[in-house]
Amino acid sequence: MGEAIVITSGKGGVGKTTTTANLGTALALLGKRVCLVDTDIGLRNLDVVMGLENRIIYDLVDVVEGRCTVQKALVKDKRFDDKLYLLPAAQTSDKSAVTPEQMKQLVDELKQDYDYVLIDCPAGIEQGYKNAVAGADEAIVVTTPEVSAVRDADRIIGLLEKEEHIKPPRLVINRIRSHMVKNGDMLDIDEIVMHLSIDLLGIIADDENVIKASNNGEPIVLDPASKASIAYRNIARRILGESVPLQTLEEEQKGVFSKLKKFFGVRS
Amino acid sequence: MSKQRSYVTIKGTKDGLTLHLDDMCSYEELMTELDEKLTLNAADAEGPLVSVHLKTGNRYFTPTQEEEVRALVRGKKNLVVGSIESNVVTKEEAYEWKRKNEIVPVAKIIRSGQVLHVEGDLLLIGDVNPGGTVIAGGNIFILGALRGIAHAGCYGNKEAVIAASVMKPMQLRISDVMNRAPDYKTEERNEMECAYIDDTNQIVVDRLQLLTHLRPNLTRIERRL
Repeated sequence: MGEAIVITSGKGGVGKTTTTANLGTALALLGKRVCLVDTDIGLRNLDVVMGLENRIIYDLVDVVEGRCTVQKALVKDKRFDDKLYLLPAAQTSDKSAVTPEQMKQLVDELKQDYDYVLIDCPAGIEQGYKNAVAGADEAIVVTTPEVSAVRDADRIIGLLEKEEHIKPPRLVINRIRSHMVKNGDMLDIDEIVMHLSIDLLGIIADDENVIKASNNGEPIVLDPASKASIAYRNIARRILGESVPLQTLEEEQKGVFSKLKKFFGVRS
Repeated sequence: MSKQRSYVTIKGTKDGLTLHLDDMCSYEELMTELDEKLTLNAADAEGPLVSVHLKTGNRYFTPTQEEEVRALVRGKKNLVVGSIESNVVTKEEAYEWKRKNEIVPVAKIIRSGQVLHVEGDLLLIGDVNPGGTVIAGGNIFILGALRGIAHAGCYGNKEAVIAASVMKPMQLRISDVMNRAPDYKTEERNEMECAYIDDTNQIVVDRLQLLTHLRPNLTRIERRL
């Protein structure tokens, strides 16, 4: 029996879908059987980010309405030998095509076969959100170091805490720009964590390669050199229960002079 | 003396008359005697108004009975009812009083979009985040940070105060007076603060320690009796 984790944020565009795709891929790389569920009916993206767009035949609404079995609708990711599957959202219906009860039934069915069921939640707190959280046992709240995103995360955490079947939510802070934090132009991590007062699951630095990778339909996690990739892998390991220290955000200084300074132990 | 015992005892004090009413006899008997006594002892009609304080002991007067007594006393020319005091209250009144006066402890973070409403005083063990609201019929005491909206004395109590360990509110409301945070950023102050309505009917924020002088009755449970 696996675990169902909903990935949500309240605000749109903070990186829910990217986080879902990358955590799913990272968990599959660690040898777990993972199923990704896109609940953003009418505005599906997860299939595009995963590069599985043109393999979709059936979708979530087809399953719920009994037009096909779950197994038929699942899209297999060939890169991970039977480890990673995607249940895509429908593009032609809207959020009201599914009820929370139906979602719960569907997720419960998927939990039988997979170690992790990651549910990508749509933005907002309406029907789509209610569907997404209905079947979840755990929740990950994604936010960015912006006041508006933190405000919405706060609202979502309040709503998640009311759901009795979900464990206390955990936080992922996305798109941190270390130089802006350093100058005080961006909220820093401690401030956000103190404000929201929930456990911090991970931090991800702002990385242009993430956009490039998702445009190519290849999650950034597949590129082992990127900083964001390491951050996502760390989060996946924390989900599995390992304790991994947080990444440092300081960028490596380049150039001979700084190397010299480092050699002599001078702090810049 | 034909009467074995009197049900009404009249005492004169410097504030007027105090009537001790027996609480064992029937209501009819009491009313008859009260009427007799007051008629007998009536002073000359020209005298000044005398206020009458009634002490009913362990007898409970229903609102209609209370009205009858008031009417009876008022009917006696220069007498007027100052107060009616009883040792007993109904259960509903007692519960109501308790709800409005008790301190309600809540251990919670009030997040954006959430509203917490209590009848009496609120003791919040946690924060109020921006966009969150706490409302109390009495005072509000917050052990964490107040970053949202707090409304104390929401039924019109202007004496109510708001105290917080970290006072960074979006809005403060006490009774029907409102105050909002300045648009510019203020410097961080690491000390506990309280908000109250001052003499000019404005909400002011000041050091917590001043509350002892401003509201000396703050922690006395009988303050609203």
